[in-house]
Amino acid sequence: MAAGHTVTSFDPCRVRADTPLLTRVVHDRTITYLDSAASSLQPRAVIEAMSRYYELRHANVHRGVYQTANEATAVYEGAREAIARFINAPGGANEIVFTKNATESFNLLAKSWGTANLKPGDVVLVTEMEHHANIVPWFQLRDVAGIEVRFIPVTDDFRLDLSNIDELMKDVKLVSVTAMSNVLGTINPIKELAAIAHRCGALLAVDGAQLVAHEVTDVADLDVDFFIFSAHKMLGPTGIGVFWTREETLNAMPPFLGGGGMIADVRIDGYTPASGPARFEAGTPPIAEAAGLGAAVLYLESLGMANIAEHERGLTADALTRLAFEFEGRVRVIGPGDTVSRGGVISLDVEGVHAHDVAQVLDQFGVCVRPGHHCAKPLMRRFNLSATARASYGPYSLVRDTDVLLEALGHAVTMFG
Amino acid sequence: MSNLEDLYREVILDHYRSPRNRGELTSPPAIRVEGFNPLCGDEVVVYLDVRDGVLVDIKLTGHGCSISQSSSSLMSAAVKGKTIEEVRETIATFKQLMTVPRSSPDEKSEVTPVDLRALGELAALQGVVKFPVRIKCAMLAWNTLGQGLDELA
Ligand SMILES: Cc1ncc(COP(=O)(O)O)c(C=O)c1O
Repeated sequence: MAAGHTVTSFDPCRVRADTPLLTRVVHDRTITYLDSAASSLQPRAVIEAMSRYYELRHANVHRGVYQTANEATAVYEGAREAIARFINAPGGANEIVFTKNATESFNLLAKSWGTANLKPGDVVLVTEMEHHANIVPWFQLRDVAGIEVRFIPVTDDFRLDLSNIDELMKDVKLVSVTAMSNVLGTINPIKELAAIAHRCGALLAVDGAQLVAHEVTDVADLDVDFFIFSAHKMLGPTGIGVFWTREETLNAMPPFLGGGGMIADVRIDGYTPASGPARFEAGTPPIAEAAGLGAAVLYLESLGMANIAEHERGLTADALTRLAFEFEGRVRVIGPGDTVSRGGVISLDVEGVHAHDVAQVLDQFGVCVRPGHHCAKPLMRRFNLSATARASYGPYSLVRDTDVLLEALGHAVTMFG
Repeated sequence: MSNLEDLYREVILDHYRSPRNRGELTSPPAIRVEGFNPLCGDEVVVYLDVRDGVLVDIKLTGHGCSISQSSSSLMSAAVKGKTIEEVRETIATFKQLMTVPRSSPDEKSEVTPVDLRALGELAALQGVVKFPVRIKCAMLAWNTLGQGLDELA
């Protein structure tokens, strides 16, 4: 089955019923979970896949000869195949490296590929809307390798400003951009950026952490060179992330962390690294987490990514319209006002009420939103904000969630009047 | 909503809407100390004018949530005009107010109960203790003030 395009059975109420956490009652209210951009909720299928591994198949992976060790390896490698299919990796599972999270994947990119391929004066071009995970590793590389880190600005209407891109591209060897902003919800034109980068002889790395759970992802069609994301934002567990690049690029990258599992040979005069993904997976990997991630992929495929995207676009459109009309301008959305190239992340700036107070009042209604800078301080500075309160949707979200959000927001606005 | 009303007492909202002792003092001679809460981005700058062991004037700038802002406003009103020793005592008492009580009521508490009457308006912040993540908001200005006094010594 191709990445979920063909499946038709999408019912958000069923997804809700599949998600145990959504039955929680907090402060005498059923929970209203609007924090999927920080971490999504796991369906029972994911939790059970992890339990099944611990209950029946627990063993270390690779090199085992006995039955359960083989089963554990099959589960782990099966997840790699599921991910390859899910993002349509042209070279299949050999191109999928498991890391701890998206952040570690960016560190792998900067410290392995970056160190080997960038020299003093080379430029890494990121954007003002990046998560710190796609900024700090480049600054760290700058400090040891003398590269320059440059930023594509963001326009007043929350899009990338590509008007000056030819000038910005000077000496750029890598463009590293988020596919979807975790603060604004903006979805960036990745195909266009890939064409620009390649025309200038640069590669394109993409932060897929937000996109991957909400839109169909096809790395071959997007023509990107690196693609990075975390399992816990796509209904999977915490503790496992993904790094994808083409096989030839991967095999030319020097190892990252050293130890067991990543070697072909070790002698008293040195070592030879393994080839393929194993080269970057030192030590015992997150096996139960891979089992959970594999189950999350199957679950998302059964819902259909295109169906999820359409559902969340509907929720976002409804919320944006109601937010614009119900608070007489006292609640400002920090992000595009329509759903063109935009995902279901809605950052709010409530006039006269700090984001922490907004989130505190909302919590009393059982509403989970995230206050703060969302690990995107350059973006917050760009818009002169110290914090926003961010609501974000998942496949289990319903218009009812927005109803409760608006009710609680109304309370916050009145309270701080 | 009773929990919320406990947190956001009228006194707190009042100090948030109209903060006392807002502004700057020329430094030097005034002592200027910055406090920062990296987790939520709250910032406070405290200016202290100390003469002959007395805090003659205090001014504050900064931004943050209602708890951090009202706490700094309430603090400035509570410590202005006091001797440094009295200011230190007030800081210690406020820290005690912000200390999470032992979960088991049977256990002997090491924290001596705070004399709420002695705290005056500051007592309005006692509801914060039920919201552990907000304690650091309430403490920001106080820790910064303490740092300023340490610089004096
Ligand atoms: C766009 C984006 N990139 C990267 C990350 C980092 O993900 P993780 O914390 O799982 O490494 C996040 C998550 O907060 C994100 O939203």
